[in-house]
Amino acid sequence: MLHLPLFLIFGLICVAGAINLLVQRHPINSALSLVVVMASLAAEYLLLGAEFVAAVQVIVYAGAIMVLFVFVIMLLNAGEEEHTKGSRVALLLGVPGIAIGGVLVAWTLLRHSNTAAVQIGALPGPPKEVARLLFHDFLLPFEVTSILILIAIMGAVVLASRPEAIVRRLRRGEPTQQPEKHELAVAGKER
Amino acid sequence: MTPNPYLWLIPVLPLAGAAINGFFGRHSSKKAITTIALIFPGAAFLLALFIASRFSSASAPYYYDLAQWIRSGSFHADFSFYLDQLSLVMLLAVTGVGFLIHIYSVGYMWDDDGYYRFMSYLNLFMFFMLTLVLAKNYLLMFIGWEGVGLASYLLIGFWFVKDSAASAGKKAFIVNRIGDFGFLIALFLLIKHFGTLDFTALFSKIQSMSPENAGVGLLTSIGLLLMVGAAGKSAQIPLYVWLPDAMEGPTPVSALIHAATMVTAGVYMVARSHVIFERAPTAMTVVAIIGTLTALFAATIGIAQTDIKKVLAYSTVSQLGYMFMACGVGAFSAGIFHLMTHAFFKGLLFLAAGSVIHGVGGEQDMRKMGGLRTYMPWTFATMGIATLAIAGIPPLAGFWSKDEILWRAFGVNWAYWLIGVVTAFITSFYMFRLMYLTFGGEYRGGPAAHDVKHQSADARAMHDKASHGGHGHGEPHESPWVMLGPLVILALLSLIGGFVGYGNRFEHFLATAFQSPAQEAVHEATENSVEYMLMGVSVSVAFLGWILAYLLYSRRPELPGRIAQSLGALYRAVSNKYYVDELYALLFVQPVVEGSSAILWKGVDQGVIDATVNNTADAARHTSDNLRHMQSGNIRSYAGWVAAGGAIVIAYMIWMGVR
Amino acid sequence: MGNLSNVPLSYYLVLSGILFACGVLGFLIKRNIITVFMSIELMLNGVNLSFVAFAAHWHHLSGQIFVFFVMVVAAAEAAVGLAIIIAVYRTRETLNVDQVNLLKL
Repeated sequence: MLHLPLFLIFGLICVAGAINLLVQRHPINSALSLVVVMASLAAEYLLLGAEFVAAVQVIVYAGAIMVLFVFVIMLLNAGEEEHTKGSRVALLLGVPGIAIGGVLVAWTLLRHSNTAAVQIGALPGPPKEVARLLFHDFLLPFEVTSILILIAIMGAVVLASRPEAIVRRLRRGEPTQQPEKHELAVAGKER
Repeated sequence: MTPNPYLWLIPVLPLAGAAINGFFGRHSSKKAITTIALIFPGAAFLLALFIASRFSSASAPYYYDLAQWIRSGSFHADFSFYLDQLSLVMLLAVTGVGFLIHIYSVGYMWDDDGYYRFMSYLNLFMFFMLTLVLAKNYLLMFIGWEGVGLASYLLIGFWFVKDSAASAGKKAFIVNRIGDFGFLIALFLLIKHFGTLDFTALFSKIQSMSPENAGVGLLTSIGLLLMVGAAGKSAQIPLYVWLPDAMEGPTPVSALIHAATMVTAGVYMVARSHVIFERAPTAMTVVAIIGTLTALFAATIGIAQTDIKKVLAYSTVSQLGYMFMACGVGAFSAGIFHLMTHAFFKGLLFLAAGSVIHGVGGEQDMRKMGGLRTYMPWTFATMGIATLAIAGIPPLAGFWSKDEILWRAFGVNWAYWLIGVVTAFITSFYMFRLMYLTFGGEYRGGPAAHDVKHQSADARAMHDKASHGGHGHGEPHESPWVMLGPLVILALLSLIGGFVGYGNRFEHFLATAFQSPAQEAVHEATENSVEYMLMGVSVSVAFLGWILAYLLYSRRPELPGRIAQSLGALYRAVSNKYYVDELYALLFVQPVVEGSSAILWKGVDQGVIDATVNNTADAARHTSDNLRHMQSGNIRSYAGWVAAGGAIVIAYMIWMGVR
Repeated sequence: MGNLSNVPLSYYLVLSGILFACGVLGFLIKRNIITVFMSIELMLNGVNLSFVAFAAHWHHLSGQIFVFFVMVVAAAEAAVGLAIIIAVYRTRETLNVDQVNLLKL
């Protein structure tokens, strides 16, 4: 019964968070408003009866990915944005473009699409059903994505590490700069 | 018609010689080249003699189908050869005189670096000329026609490093081509209306047609166009301008191609086409008029020339005019007769002139010659015989043939005869002028430097061996026997060659070829007294010319200069060949060159073709220059483009969905 | 207010569209690389919402499965992307997206 108001409330929170992301100057504020967006999206998923997805959204998206973002922001000590020259194309073409696109889509959807309603809990989305689908019909993509994650991990490690560190590890015994203490301990050498 | 399987060998033998010398001559010894170069034309000549000895009117004409060539619907043209009395005369003249000139060339061109090339070209020329003469259809004749033009170009421009020689070769070829264009159109007309180019088939078709007495019909057009071709090849007005320039080539070339054989191809072609011309009186008249006018015109130019070869060149043009006059009045056999005797004495004249030039070390200006009769007696004697012949003094060959023409011309229209007589006077005058200037008086030239055409030290050795002993280098000397031999033989022919025409024997011989018994009868009916009177006029005119030349160039040599001075502009016009070359340059050459340069080169080639290519490249460059700005490295601009593109796609999809 | 227990599908789609549009705008406007990256995540979330909505509409669970995979990929992408950003920061000493422009012609 409260479906529509709930939808509207959480929808407004979503939109507010999104707009706040755009408006804020400091990236940490944008990150936190993104967290707000994801949380309210999780609530939307619940309204749609997708329990498992909602849980995963909170755990993975808001809980892991956004934490990663915040870590990086703090690591890099990102400050407020400077005002530099932007891109003319982006402002002239892109913004109106997407605005018009969004308006078109919205208008179309509201005017022409099938407005059959979705009820709360109309579709059971318990983990059991999801798991059944996941491990039977979508087994291959599931396994492949695990490999994808593995590759992503390796890539992230390689990309983020210092190049000299890799070189040093490759050629043991040729330090190119003063090694750090913990690395010395790992290498087992005294200087 | 009987088949004769040896006919095709006659043209092909020299071709073999040309090929062998052409491909292998560069590294062969001069002896080898000479052997090859002489054996093949010699063999052709012997074969021609052999066939001639077996020739009888009963079995003639001979023919031989060598190979199929064009079969296109109902039109046939094959490699077929044909020999009747007319071609037999031409054949003997070409192979005989040609062979003699080959021998002469051995001596003349011995020291030239391009000796093998010269011999190869000479043989090639023989091949084409013999193809022309022995062809059984117009198309094969046209191959020979074009081929001799090619050989002429190659040989005129033999010393191609000399600009004037190269240009002369070019000029000869181009002017010839203009004539060939007319020839080709005539051939097309023949194909269209008669469906065949074979002589026997074509002429039998035409013989059933009646003469076109009223105006210009098909046969007249064909005849006129054929005459255009002949005018180009045989140097008649208005296409004669290439022949004097062709004297840039070595003298044997001038003798063979531009006196004895190639230039006579036009006369032969007209004679061969007599069936057409006899039924197109207008065309015949045009032929006669062109021939007559050319004869007179060229003779007048010849009086004022100082280069010994140029005099002979204009003389050739003039004598060819006589031959066309003969054909134009219907006296085809007389024209051919004159062709034959002309081959003898004009060939001799050129060869002797070559001997003179060779002997004085390359000088060609007669004003620097003189007194050569003591230095070069044999040359003097033979050239003198030739001069008597060409002047028409009996009983030499030229008298018989020229007189025949004049008599037949008189029978048609006395105007032709009159101009012919005047021309004969002028001919005699300038020929004896040449003799007196070259051989009379005292030697006016400097010490004879070595002939510029000799390029090695062998020359000196050869000269010393062959010349009369005792002459040092600094004086004119006689030529070696390899060169004098042909001179003597041709002189003999000039002496006795006329007697074949005695008593109309020649004409009877050719009568079956020309199938004109009617005209013969007419002429025999003319009174003999008229004939003798005309003969007397022409002989006296010849002597008058001789006397005048003697007076002006032997007795009072200072007179010609004074006369030239007093005539002033007129003399200058004549000595500058009436400025015809300049006129042609102005009317035709300049516009073509300018037009080609301005329109075709700058306008089309540079402006359109190059511009298109360049502009395409430029456009590509500009486009890529402008497109380059899209790759700015700026992520946001990329994103902007993506978003814009995405919006367009979404809009399109929505539109498609909504419709 | 009508039947409040039923929310039309199109409302979900409109919300998804708004989120997506905000993501694109952020991508175009923002100058900090990390913020740009977060806009990408916002776009992905918008798309996820529309997947789930359709899954509910068609009563077909594979929509949710797809969302699952989208999240996995987003995670991987976030990891690698942030590693790249760190590497870029090390060499360029800046987080301004306009100054990462070495790939220009």
